[in-house]
Amino acid sequence: MEQFALTHAWLIPLVPAAAFAIIGLFLQNFHKLSAAIAILAITFGFVMSLGIAGAVFNLGITVDAPFVQRIEWIKIAGLQFDMGVIIDPLSVLMLLVVTLVSLLVQIYSVGYMKGDKGFGRFFSYMSLFSASMLGLNISINFVQMYVFWELVGLCSYLLIGFYYYRIPAREAAKKAFITTRIGDFGLLIGILLLQMLFGTVDFIQLRQVIPVYLMANGAGVLTIIGILLFMGPIGKSGQFPLHVWLPDAMEGPAPVSALIHAATMVVAGVYLVARAYFLFASLPILMNIIAWIGAFTAFFGASIAFSQHAIKRILAYSTISQLGYMMLALGVGSLTASMFHLMTHAFFKSLLFLCAGAVMHAVNEEADIFKMGGLRRKMPVVFVTMTIGVLAISGLPPFSGFFSKDAILAAAAHVSMPLYLIGIVTAFMTAFYMARLLFLVFFGESRQKEVHKVSRFMQLPLIVLAALAVVSGLGGYVYNFGDWVRFGPPVVEHMDWLLASTSTLLSLLAFVLAWNIYGSKRWSSDIIAKKLGIIYTITFNKYYIDEFYALLCRIFIDGIGKIMYFIDLYIIDGTVNAVSALVLLFSKLLSKFQTGQVQRYAAVFVCGVVILLLCTIMYLDKVNGVLAAGGAF
Amino acid sequence: MDFPLLTIILVIPLLAVGLLMFIPPSSFKSVKVVAATAMCISLGLTIYAYVTYDSSIGGMQFTQSIPWISDLGVSYSVGVDGISLPMLFLTNVIGLAAVFSSWNINVRPKEFFILLLILITGVMGTFVACDLFIFLLCYELVVIPIYIMVIIWGSTKRVTKEYAGMKLTIYLLMGSAFMLVGVVALYLQAFPAELRTFDIAALSNAHLYGTLSQSFQIIVFFLLLLGFGTLLSMFPFHTWSPDGYAGAPTAVSMIHAGVLKKIGGYGLIRLGLLILPAGAKFWAPLIIILGLANVIYAAYIAIVQKDLKYVVGYSSVSHMGYVLLGFAALNTISLTGAVANMVAHGIMSALFFAVIGYVYEKTHMRSVDQLRGIAHQMPRISVGFMLAGMSSVGLPGLIGFIPEYTIFLGLFKVYPFLAMLAVSGIVFTAIYILRVLQKVLFGPRDYGLDKYKDAKGAELVPLFLLGTVLVLFGLFPQLLMGVINSGVAPLGPFLQELNNVPSLLVTLGGIW
Repeated sequence: MEQFALTHAWLIPLVPAAAFAIIGLFLQNFHKLSAAIAILAITFGFVMSLGIAGAVFNLGITVDAPFVQRIEWIKIAGLQFDMGVIIDPLSVLMLLVVTLVSLLVQIYSVGYMKGDKGFGRFFSYMSLFSASMLGLNISINFVQMYVFWELVGLCSYLLIGFYYYRIPAREAAKKAFITTRIGDFGLLIGILLLQMLFGTVDFIQLRQVIPVYLMANGAGVLTIIGILLFMGPIGKSGQFPLHVWLPDAMEGPAPVSALIHAATMVVAGVYLVARAYFLFASLPILMNIIAWIGAFTAFFGASIAFSQHAIKRILAYSTISQLGYMMLALGVGSLTASMFHLMTHAFFKSLLFLCAGAVMHAVNEEADIFKMGGLRRKMPVVFVTMTIGVLAISGLPPFSGFFSKDAILAAAAHVSMPLYLIGIVTAFMTAFYMARLLFLVFFGESRQKEVHKVSRFMQLPLIVLAALAVVSGLGGYVYNFGDWVRFGPPVVEHMDWLLASTSTLLSLLAFVLAWNIYGSKRWSSDIIAKKLGIIYTITFNKYYIDEFYALLCRIFIDGIGKIMYFIDLYIIDGTVNAVSALVLLFSKLLSKFQTGQVQRYAAVFVCGVVILLLCTIMYLDKVNGVLAAGGAF
Repeated sequence: MDFPLLTIILVIPLLAVGLLMFIPPSSFKSVKVVAATAMCISLGLTIYAYVTYDSSIGGMQFTQSIPWISDLGVSYSVGVDGISLPMLFLTNVIGLAAVFSSWNINVRPKEFFILLLILITGVMGTFVACDLFIFLLCYELVVIPIYIMVIIWGSTKRVTKEYAGMKLTIYLLMGSAFMLVGVVALYLQAFPAELRTFDIAALSNAHLYGTLSQSFQIIVFFLLLLGFGTLLSMFPFHTWSPDGYAGAPTAVSMIHAGVLKKIGGYGLIRLGLLILPAGAKFWAPLIIILGLANVIYAAYIAIVQKDLKYVVGYSSVSHMGYVLLGFAALNTISLTGAVANMVAHGIMSALFFAVIGYVYEKTHMRSVDQLRGIAHQMPRISVGFMLAGMSSVGLPGLIGFIPEYTIFLGLFKVYPFLAMLAVSGIVFTAIYILRVLQKVLFGPRDYGLDKYKDAKGAELVPLFLLGTVLVLFGLFPQLLMGVINSGVAPLGPFLQELNNVPSLLVTLGGIW
């Protein structure tokens, strides 16, 4: 079984892809069947991933000695690309996380999407997404990764705009596609440059040639390539300054936010850096950039999440912030901590999104947390699971976030104090805004009279994810995650108790603070907002970055576009039309001679004859001479 | 080759034309069935040729040659290699799609389909011709039906259809005039009087004998560049293209954007590069600059367009810029990409024009401001839109990605900084395509459109056919790249030698 799973790993993306084709082409109107096929396909993927995990464990496949399969995709003179499968602990972790979360989210969706006209379409897109994401996870080279990278982008686009009849949804979809495209522009150039420099984009081969190249040529060119490559993750993983699409992406259905915009697709950027860590880790300047962008994004996202009102937007900014943590971990050299957090975050953040979806479903799609309250008695399962999620993300022991966040903070503390400080302040803020959300939604007096019930399909995944959010951190710690998912030698996790207790205390403090403001309402949140004044306004308006980008777009896209069109219409085409007008004018002038009057023609004819005769007489001698010469021949 | 496959492919549409002459103009149905049958057979045979073409040998296959005017060295000779075979395939796919997308034409359908079939034959002829004379003959054959079709079956929006038809025709004729001068000069110069020939293969060897001096090649290539560049809508000779497509009926837009433009790129490679290598090398830097202008300038203009046909018109100008870039980078990777991009762009723009044609035929609207949310009423057409749009954006898994990637790669090897500018085209393309898709397809239901029905029956054939090719070549690019490679890879050493030939830059540097 394990051997079969290992050698047939390519089936993992292929089966959901087939499910997409079947549902998309034939089963759009058969709701139950389409959901069944989609869920079956991803279950197959999960079982296969488990088998592969067993194989990796038993056969001792490590990051240093991955299992690789490949087939030729393109071969022309001077260029060859393969498609293939790379199996090592890194990709197995991704496979497990993606298939599991995808499976749970799709089960949840059966309840959540019930009665929607696009039910079949939804499951076909979900299958396509799963296929693309899994294909990305097992990519053996940059081009294969780029292919699937773009495909998950397409799915994200399709699913954000799932409610295509809503204008905000379609605008958000467009924004997501174009913003990530800007990142992909850099990524593509980076890939092309790698191909040019090394003649290959294969991870295994690059891993061997890059150290040699660095020894000979230094890091200059490679650093530039690295920065270009990193633009892709900046766009995809919602890092500053290309984060603007992710909050808007919440226009999609809640399961989409949970799966794509929290647990899986947005971590593709983190995964890309991790997969190509042999390149990134050897470029100190770039590592610094990654760490600082990550740390800044973590703080920045949290600071906006502070003041937002819409429940999913808060979670979206929180996702941005947590992705920043993962980048920070990568930047300070701890691939292990980053991937550890990627895993725990996938569980607790998708849990939070699914809970948010259940809450919104229950209260007639109300999104504003200030208009909710007292839901803890009416929806106990959601309340309990969401509380677990909040505790996990806030990093309280023994929940999963505690272990993974602590690993990141410890790694940052080893490298740079400022980075560590940013990290810990962000941790405090995270605990605060998550507690704010929890207290406002579930505590206080009830504002909704009618609350819709949460179906079983929706409850089961919540419970499973909550369980994972509890145990995944501890499990990773106990079973030494760093033995498997690592770069370089195995990492032994040492709990730094000083750091851990500091952050735990800060989180607790944040909870107390939030309880006083939003739970017991001892301190009024409005007054605090007023006291914060301009700071509150700025974060509430997300630093006006969206407005700034809109302005840039108006100037540099529409403005220049209009100028170019003016040039085209009036200068280039103007010249063309002017030439044709000139020709017409000239022909009109000439046509003046064609009057049709016989007398005038006769007069011109006579004049002509006279002129010719005169010429002949004047040059008679010469003409004779010519004729004589002709006769001589 | 005993069995004259290519000749049969060429003759079938003409036979259908002959048959159509005897069908009464009133029986619309039989006119369409005859045209469709002819194109089906023709496509079937082309697919047969495509499948049986031996890529491992490469070179001209399915050849046939009959002396025609031996005094001038003209012969009827046809054949296909890895460069022309994909173009022939493209012509047939789009030809069949064009026939079906014209299924609802009820104004003089007999004349329409006769002209359409002649047009398709002409285009096929240019691609299979191994003789320059036949090439020119077929090319001129193309111009006349287009003019008539635009002014009778065209549509008037920003510009009148008469203006559009006239502009299109004059541009094409002007281009061919330059080309003709170049070709005649080439014919006279290449070989001594008694050996003169129009055979393209023989002419391609002429530069080896030293009869074509470097300066001669530079001048003649420039003439060809003017001719083929105009045809390919090279900046600044591109303005006929959006206006022309806007005025033309759907089938003409499809064939014109889909294959006719590609004669420009094809001609630049087959006649320009292979016969006049030093000329091609000399002008390459200029072509790169103009190609970049195409890519970015036209994309910018596409962003601010309102009429769907203008968006696609400028988009096609922009995409042809990639072909120019791939051509002018002058290495095997980029040339393969250029040829592949011609196929890719042909398929996607034909699909675009087909769906826009449907929407316009039904609603008489094609402005981004008027149309909204048509996905509610016309889901199938919307899928066509999405497929065309996404492959235009260069989404992997559809036909557009690999050709662009190879062009970029080839270009990076020569001009890395300009290549970066060219890559920025992918962002601009995403902007204009997505803006249009969002506005036209999505949004609240417009109840005013409820009376219009989705595509059905014969109308689905182009969507299905073109969509299948888009996805098939996208998922399995080797099907396309392998064949093209067999035509381009042997040019490797030839292109290598060109490295030592001076280009415009060297000359300019000398003057400096």
